[in-house]
Amino acid sequence: MTVSPENQKLRPEMETDTEGAREEALRRAISGGARPAKPNGIATSFTFGWRALLKIKYIPEQLIDATIFPIMFLLMFTYLFGGALAGSTGDYLQFLLPGILVQTIVTLTMYTGVELNNDITKGIFDRFRSLPIWHPSVLVGALMVDGVRYTMASAIMIILGLILGFRPEGGILGMVAAVLLLQVFAFSLSWIWTTLGMIMRSEKSLMGVSMMVMFPLTFISNVFVDPETMPSWLQGFVEINPISLVVTAVRGLMHGTVTFAEISWVLVAAVILTAVFAPLTMYLYRNKN
Amino acid sequence: MNDQPQKELAIKAAGLVKKFGEERAVDGVDLAVQRGTVYGFLGPNGAGKTTTIRMLATLLSPDGGSATVLGYDLATEADKVRSHVSLTGQFASVDEDLTGLENLILIGRLMGYTRKEARDRGTELLHAFGLEDAARRQVKKYSGGMRRRIDIAASIVVTPDLLFLDEPTTGLDPRSRNQVWSIVRTLVSTGTTVLLTTQYLEEADQLADRIAVIDRGRIIAEGTSGELKASLGTGSLQVRLLHPEDRPRAEQLLAEKLNTSIILETDPSALSAQVSDTTQASTALSALTKANIEVTDFSLGQPSLDEVFLQLTGKPAEEEEAVK
Ligand SMILES: Nc1ncnc2c1ncn2[C@@H]1O[C@H](COP(=O)(O)OP(=O)(O)OP(=O)(O)O)[C@@H](O)[C@H]1O
Ligand SMILES: [Mg+2]
Repeated sequence: MTVSPENQKLRPEMETDTEGAREEALRRAISGGARPAKPNGIATSFTFGWRALLKIKYIPEQLIDATIFPIMFLLMFTYLFGGALAGSTGDYLQFLLPGILVQTIVTLTMYTGVELNNDITKGIFDRFRSLPIWHPSVLVGALMVDGVRYTMASAIMIILGLILGFRPEGGILGMVAAVLLLQVFAFSLSWIWTTLGMIMRSEKSLMGVSMMVMFPLTFISNVFVDPETMPSWLQGFVEINPISLVVTAVRGLMHGTVTFAEISWVLVAAVILTAVFAPLTMYLYRNKN
Repeated sequence: MNDQPQKELAIKAAGLVKKFGEERAVDGVDLAVQRGTVYGFLGPNGAGKTTTIRMLATLLSPDGGSATVLGYDLATEADKVRSHVSLTGQFASVDEDLTGLENLILIGRLMGYTRKEARDRGTELLHAFGLEDAARRQVKKYSGGMRRRIDIAASIVVTPDLLFLDEPTTGLDPRSRNQVWSIVRTLVSTGTTVLLTTQYLEEADQLADRIAVIDRGRIIAEGTSGELKASLGTGSLQVRLLHPEDRPRAEQLLAEKLNTSIILETDPSALSAQVSDTTQASTALSALTKANIEVTDFSLGQPSLDEVFLQLTGKPAEEEEAVK
């Protein structure tokens, strides 16, 4: 195309035109933020859940812990200890699977604290804190999406277990109930990690402390072996360890031998954990320097 | 209506104090910010700018003093304050893993827009801020200038009555800086009050109706840019001589003509002085020529932040840091 002199003359005018248009757009955009009605806590929780899902979309590696861990753990422990502890891997699997399911999910809850800690070290945390919203939704939303990850991990583990020869007496209903109960407990336990996530200065120190809590709790329990074989002083700890309570209930639900008391203990533990650590987390959230 | 008190001042603070351990990061700050104006907070690193802003935006609770923001008490009506103010922090305050558009939708949804409204509003803002091409790119892949703009965009998804901007242009090139300035000007012309912090006198001069100079947690000067300048002189006259041995004579002469103390620079042939107007500066220069003192170079600049500090505290800003 040839440019005629007239066209050239037109150019600058067109530019000021778009310049003016842009300025007008800027003015309109800036004054155009009409204030909508304040959303409720459920709505904002779902919005934060949407954010957590987007994060999974962009950083799918996050899901490795929820997919590979369960497979690794189950295979490793079944074949490593099965023969020695129960005489055969098949027998041991009946005992181990519910326990290791609990251990896996409980370990996954630690990442909730890590996510929160990451947000804090970045500026986005201040943004959320300065918004006029129901503030626990920042965490509740994230915990809801964690529930999705726990469900995924549980499904993977149970399916693999069934393939390897796990035969639960409680049937499908028992397994679904077990996973649900475990979710409730995981939700309540997460508040410990969010509390720590608020306090610890870096992801590294947070992981260190979380591991220090998690390791003894999951291993000094009835996950891997029957406490009968332990010295009595250790049995005492295992019996009051909340992880053992959960394992007993989940095992009972899966094998159809659960008692009302066993389920109640888990719920009591969940209520206590939430009642203590959720308000503590929110207190720290409000008063973070 | 109960919106009445908002008519007067956007921010009224008395004796704000914030301690971190033994350190008094903010040490008795009084503020009065008129609605619909830009208020500049000028100070060096560690002066307490961010801490003050974070208190006013309800992110930190003061250890002393009181404040009302838009007529609401900071201590007892924090929720109301949060509904009407917005904060663009010193460091990226959006989610870097998400795209620009997703960030704006996130804020829009949290403020109560429907999905469609939030998307439309986000698109509108990205367009207005010249970020439409980057709408679907993760913020971590943005340049510094784009990042600053998305930060500000996120703060005005719902037009706030009061916007805090913490060092909005630090580290930006002149073009990006001008873009941010024009955003701030437009924002104010539509009625929003802006409180911004800066380390640059020029920025405060360009944007702010009133300026507070803050140092070590205290406001050491306050006024319009004109008032501050009048108290500081329009700027500093810097002179470099051909022969360093002429300097004592030049110093004496300039002191006579300008009636102010002369600063001897580390360069043995350079000296500078505060001047209140350009006529004074040219009189001084011609006096040097008449006295046969050869000048190789001279400049008349706005007072730098350092000079402001020198003038206001009698000590350079860094020296004070060192003393601490
Ligand atoms: N969370 C904190 N804990 C301890 N000390 C802090 C904290 N935040 C700020 N300080 C201290 O308070 C003082 C004021 O800091 P502030 O961030 O308000 O300064 P500033 O004026 O914003 O500086 P800059 O220009 O570097 O951003 C500094 O000495 C800083 O070390
Ligand atoms: Mg700062």
